[in-house]
Amino acid sequence: MPVAPVRAGFPSPAEDFSVNRLDLTQILVTHPQATFLLRVAGTSMRDAGIDDGDTLVVDRAIKPYHGQVVVAVVDGEFTVKYLHQRAGRVRLKAANPTFPDIVPRDGQTIEVWGVVSSCIKRFAV
Amino acid sequence: MYALVDGNNFYVSCERVFRPSLNGRPVVVLSNNDGCAIARSNEAKDLGIKMAAPWFGIKHLEQEAGLVALSANFTLYGDMSDRMMSLAAGLGPTQEIYSIDESFIGLQGVRGDLMKRARTVRERILQWVGIPCCIGIAQTKTLAKLANHIAKTAERKPGSYPSELTQVCNLATLPAQDLEDVLRATEVGAVWGVGPRIDKQLQEEGVRTVLDLARLDPATIRRRWGVTLERTVRELQGQACIELDDAPGPKQQIACTRSFGKPMHELAPLIEAVSEFAGRAAEKLRSQKSLATELLVFMHTSPYRPGPQLSRSVVVPLRRPTDDTLALAQAAADGMRYMYVPGYRFIKAGVILVDLQSADVLQRELDLETPAEDEPKRNRSQLMGAMDAINGRYGKGTVHAASTGKVGPKRVWGMKQERRTPQYTTRLEDVPVARA
Repeated sequence: MPVAPVRAGFPSPAEDFSVNRLDLTQILVTHPQATFLLRVAGTSMRDAGIDDGDTLVVDRAIKPYHGQVVVAVVDGEFTVKYLHQRAGRVRLKAANPTFPDIVPRDGQTIEVWGVVSSCIKRFAV
Repeated sequence: MYALVDGNNFYVSCERVFRPSLNGRPVVVLSNNDGCAIARSNEAKDLGIKMAAPWFGIKHLEQEAGLVALSANFTLYGDMSDRMMSLAAGLGPTQEIYSIDESFIGLQGVRGDLMKRARTVRERILQWVGIPCCIGIAQTKTLAKLANHIAKTAERKPGSYPSELTQVCNLATLPAQDLEDVLRATEVGAVWGVGPRIDKQLQEEGVRTVLDLARLDPATIRRRWGVTLERTVRELQGQACIELDDAPGPKQQIACTRSFGKPMHELAPLIEAVSEFAGRAAEKLRSQKSLATELLVFMHTSPYRPGPQLSRSVVVPLRRPTDDTLALAQAAADGMRYMYVPGYRFIKAGVILVDLQSADVLQRELDLETPAEDEPKRNRSQLMGAMDAINGRYGKGTVHAASTGKVGPKRVWGMKQERRTPQYTTRLEDVPVARA
């Protein structure tokens, strides 16, 4: 015999809709311990929609792979670029034709510091 | 079984995450007030810089050896510690945050390959947070601490111990003969609970290595040195005597942290909890005759329970170094109010007193809160009122405590400002810059 739950009383019409309000932190931050914010300085990622002054959400828990926007360490400084990994060779590509690729010199390695998961662009209000 | 997870050269490692150009260079972090080295990179250790070396004594190495000195940035270290601790907690079911960079993990009930698990946690902390750690595993806390020391030394000085003990060292699975060799190769002063004074006495008695100490009869030890060292010897013999949360206070920080019986989501009890923790930490602080300069409050949700996760911490600077329970409790409550977010079920909170200094060197000049014992008691409310009136009329900082030095742009004790790195993770204006 099928058993159905017994309902008692009159349910609130909103009961099934009571939810948590959207929280930007939860949406943008998957790994809280591994997430850092960085500010963009420069125009080399213009065509990727990343402009001077934007704020990057960088997740160090994500394994970097070809085609992602990453923050890498070049000569001791942070730089944001596309990660290009083909045929065992790594280079960093800008999203702006006026900027050349960054290719590691002999013996030099490119260290990826973190993967950019979002770019926050704020407008004058 | 216990594990001790400890960040390598923690303050320096925190700085290097945001300034990769510091990698490979000798770096020291200086204490805020007395200007001595409180953290050293391996390169700085190799230059012969000792712990607590005064800055004036090593300043010449800036020119001669490219030494970089930074002022302590406890706001940054507190946040990085919080990130590291919450990942370290994944190693086992219980955790005692022992100091800003060390936590003991209780491993009871953990199945599978402990070494593999520890290596995974170590890798994760390095990858996610950027902090290199070493992990020591053993039957007791004292042995776990020793295992951690061995893991660190094996990494820093290749050849000092077998290479498989590097970074993660499990003394519990070492064959008896290998364990003896390792204990024989370690000086007795490296043991947790053996301070310089007892070290000297033991040396005079011919007890030079950890193995020598571990082979002594606990009853004899108790008669000669007391119950504390007896406990240490028993722990070295593999008999657990020190429970989690039951540790003697370290010198550089004092922590009081606790898991709650049930999750807490309201502000009022959280404030009560951290106020009490601050009070307990203050007692420990007074008993070792130190003063705290800053206080760190943290709280987090349980990684093992469903629901939204949150982990927060805040560093509250104290107006002046203090061991006053009321002042510290107030600071802890302020910190909790500042970081509290409704809607989360917090399972743990704690207070860590950082940048401790000796109460003996307290600056006495214009001590505006408590008169020295040999001074007549006086009412300072009139003085305060006069100061406020003058400052209100002629501008902020016209009169101030002498210990503040000059305020505003004319401030000359600017070393703290000058060498202090930005608050990369806690102030939006201070986040690191990525060139595009």
